[in-house]
Amino acid sequence: MLKYVIKRVLMGVVALFLVATITFFLMNLVPGGPFEFEKAVNPAARAALEAKYGLDKPLLEQFKNYLSHALSGDFGPSIKQRGREVNDIILTKFAVSARLCGITVIVALVIGIPLGCIAAVRRGKWLDNLIRVFATLGIAIPGFVLCTVCLYFFCISLNLTWLLPLGLATPASYILPVFSLAFYPTSYIARMMRSTMLDTLGQDYVRTAKSKGVANSSVLFKHALRNAILPIVTYLGPMMAFMMTGNFVVEQVYVIPGLGKEFISSIMNRDYTMIMGTTIFLAAILITLNVLVDIAYKIIDPRITLN
Amino acid sequence: MGIYLLDIRSEKLSFFTQAGEVKALDDVTLRMREGEILGIVGESGSGKSVTAYSLMGLTAHPGKLIGGSIEFNGHRIDQMSEKEIRKVRGKEISIIFQDPMTSLNPVYTIGNQIREVIRLHTGKSRAEANAHAHELLTMVGINEPERRLKQYPHELSGGMRQRVMIAIALACEPKLLIADEPTTALDVTIQAQIIELMIDLKKKLDMAIILITHDLGVVASICETIAVMYAGKVVEYGTVDEIFYEPAHEYTRGLLNCIPKLDDKDRTRLVPIEGVPVDMLNPPIGCPFAPRCNSCMKICLTRVPPETVLSSTHYSFCWLQKKMEFEEGAAV
Amino acid sequence: MKNPISFHINTEDFLPASKEERQSLVVMRESVSFWQDGFRRLFRNKVAMVSAVVLLLIIVFSFVIPAFYPYRYEQQRKGAEYMAPMRYSQEEHDAIAAGERVFPHILGTDSLGRDYAVRVMVGGRISLIVGIVASAIIFFIGSIYGAVSAFFGGRTDNIMMRIVDIIYTIPDILMIVLIAFALKAPMQELAKKASFAWLNAMGVNLISIFIVFALLYWVGMARIVRSQVLSLKETDFVMAARALGASNGRIIRKHLLTNCIGTLIITTTLQIPISIFTESFLSFLGLGVAAPMPSLGSLASSAINGINSYPYLALSPALLIALIILSFNLLGDGLRDSFDPKLKQG
Repeated sequence: MLKYVIKRVLMGVVALFLVATITFFLMNLVPGGPFEFEKAVNPAARAALEAKYGLDKPLLEQFKNYLSHALSGDFGPSIKQRGREVNDIILTKFAVSARLCGITVIVALVIGIPLGCIAAVRRGKWLDNLIRVFATLGIAIPGFVLCTVCLYFFCISLNLTWLLPLGLATPASYILPVFSLAFYPTSYIARMMRSTMLDTLGQDYVRTAKSKGVANSSVLFKHALRNAILPIVTYLGPMMAFMMTGNFVVEQVYVIPGLGKEFISSIMNRDYTMIMGTTIFLAAILITLNVLVDIAYKIIDPRITLN
Repeated sequence: MGIYLLDIRSEKLSFFTQAGEVKALDDVTLRMREGEILGIVGESGSGKSVTAYSLMGLTAHPGKLIGGSIEFNGHRIDQMSEKEIRKVRGKEISIIFQDPMTSLNPVYTIGNQIREVIRLHTGKSRAEANAHAHELLTMVGINEPERRLKQYPHELSGGMRQRVMIAIALACEPKLLIADEPTTALDVTIQAQIIELMIDLKKKLDMAIILITHDLGVVASICETIAVMYAGKVVEYGTVDEIFYEPAHEYTRGLLNCIPKLDDKDRTRLVPIEGVPVDMLNPPIGCPFAPRCNSCMKICLTRVPPETVLSSTHYSFCWLQKKMEFEEGAAV
Repeated sequence: MKNPISFHINTEDFLPASKEERQSLVVMRESVSFWQDGFRRLFRNKVAMVSAVVLLLIIVFSFVIPAFYPYRYEQQRKGAEYMAPMRYSQEEHDAIAAGERVFPHILGTDSLGRDYAVRVMVGGRISLIVGIVASAIIFFIGSIYGAVSAFFGGRTDNIMMRIVDIIYTIPDILMIVLIAFALKAPMQELAKKASFAWLNAMGVNLISIFIVFALLYWVGMARIVRSQVLSLKETDFVMAARALGASNGRIIRKHLLTNCIGTLIITTTLQIPISIFTESFLSFLGLGVAAPMPSLGSLASSAINGINSYPYLALSPALLIALIILSFNLLGDGLRDSFDPKLKQG
């Protein structure tokens, strides 16, 4: 077990280093530095600017400098947003995104798991068919389509201004972003839950439980659910990654000042330090979450613990 | 209450699949006294397990009981509500399944799974149930029961898991224990141990046992009566002596010819039963065994054989018996 | 007790039956091969068949029809901007008045007066190409890598799988966005050179997208193939074949490949909608195919900016993309139900 944890953490560290390296050199591949668009910058001023941000040194040295700073948790100043540290921007924006994603994850689990169970138990009945249609549609509609339709329908056609998610100031403003973001994972979880539940209900140990005289509800909740829910844990990792992708779109469409929107606009503005800081930060969060999920899976499944 | 512990009368059970109706049980009639050991033998798919599961109301999804009656201990099992039948399961009738590797829930400890059945049916406290579980494990021959109770199924060997299954089955001292091929999935040496354990426990607790198997050797050594099943029908029923020494059905004879004898000095060859089991979706209209029967007659092809009563404990369904009766009748 | 049924039994009934008579009773079910069985099941699956037909129609619409269509996707017309569906511009009204036949703009026109119907069709083509080519790339890299890793085993396998694990840990969407962004300019530079002019023909960003997929997305496929080959290597029938003296080549062809191919086809089919999804996402962020080439993602995202005034422009690409993804998903599910015996359920 300890060996597994160490291996998993090491792999995460290597992956994170790779992300940092790839990001750094990719950024240098882009022709035209961050000062390309600045008007009336004379060569001398530009050289001074580059010297200030250490952009005049050899590439490898820049990389080494950057890494050592990043390791101590300092991503340097933002190049485009004058006078602000990348760290500060990331932290304020991340709080917004994290809350949105956290709520979404909970919503997706709380709705998706019961839907999948109901579908499995009512297999072949109309309720099962309804849930399956909903879930199949759910994984076929791209996030930006859903966002746009919601925005258009609720906020423009029906003119429900209180639903407008601008800035996420009120609880109601969370409804549309959470709905748009949760639609895909909820459908995915419902589909997955249905198939694992069906699989579990056909297992020998469920028959054993019934033969002991255990009540149906107890067969379902005690014996089947716990086994059926284990594979869902493996989806939590990919779900986090999806959350980020979805977040880029949702924050863009609904104009939410989160990290996803920040990442996209820093790319559009060629804000080097911002791009690298955000990428490494997001990658670190995702990798950590994935490692934690993997380890958690090993802990809750008693069959694997010993190996 | 009759003289029988278990009284199944012309039970009919079908699986309604997409491909059509499969008559898994067709007119099954069986009786058992208290404390009796009944062996049910037959090929895979002959309806042995389906019969056993139907006694506990555990018929799997597309299956449906469509006729006949099942009386256990004076109560009609087939007419019980789900709630009533749950009180029978695990308490009055228990079952041991074929594959101990998959029959225990992997995410709960052994102790949890034994205590569950005790607490369901006896209302004992957790501590009392635990003490009882401890006793049970000792009874089925598992050492260090204290440690085993805290372990998960995957930490135990196959033979050990089957012992745990037996402990669960016997926890509430049932009147009837169904053992569905309890040794098929185990090593040969372990098989003997498990069978020995069952005989031993039978003496101690004095319950009736239905042993489902295709191992005729085991049947001969521990059973009192035997039902031979073929294609969803009981084709012959009798005491062990009657079945082994005076088999009346061609299928039973075929089965007996397949057992090697250790004291066989003439080196007679084993005779296999030719052909394949019946396609249950398209069963023959006459005797289901007719296509594979070496003594098949014209009537066997078109008409289902009627019952021939050979003694108060022995009956079979074979036209050959009727032929003998017919010829005797003609001779008189 | 004297034969209660004897009145309709006579001696002839007890004559032995011939072997032929006995055999005629046995209704043997015809034996079917794995593929026959699978296809029969697939053809009976209505949802999968409808999806296949829908996909076929979409392919015809996006690859064949634009060649005959009276408008071209990049053709701009002044005075014909933002026309509602089935409307004609002033110029076209004049032409009709002069007796010419003018083909209607079924879905209207966009901000530059381009016929929207043909743009949506070409957009569908781009999305399909991205989906299919990207999945093919993933299929080849992934299955070769996975098969090699499983076949050699030992240290080679260990090292190759550690690499896969690490790539798997990297958050792909971040990298995809970055790579698509970073490659945009260098690729355009490259395309300016004469010998790389073909890059332009295919669309520079399309190539970037393929590179991204080739770099990162194959790892899932590699894992699936590896575990398939590994478990098949252990199966009794491969052991039996080996014991009977079958050569490595025969084992790979006859046993490993035939047993893997179902899973591979299913995984690849289900990979197509994921690739289309990703392309549309990149296009939405402005990192997808370059103008004037349309993809469904870029059409939808540019329509979003004008959704207050022209909501219908967003509708058709959005619907088409959902329809394509839905059809591929349902077809993939149908394939899995038909060809993956392990997932077969009653």
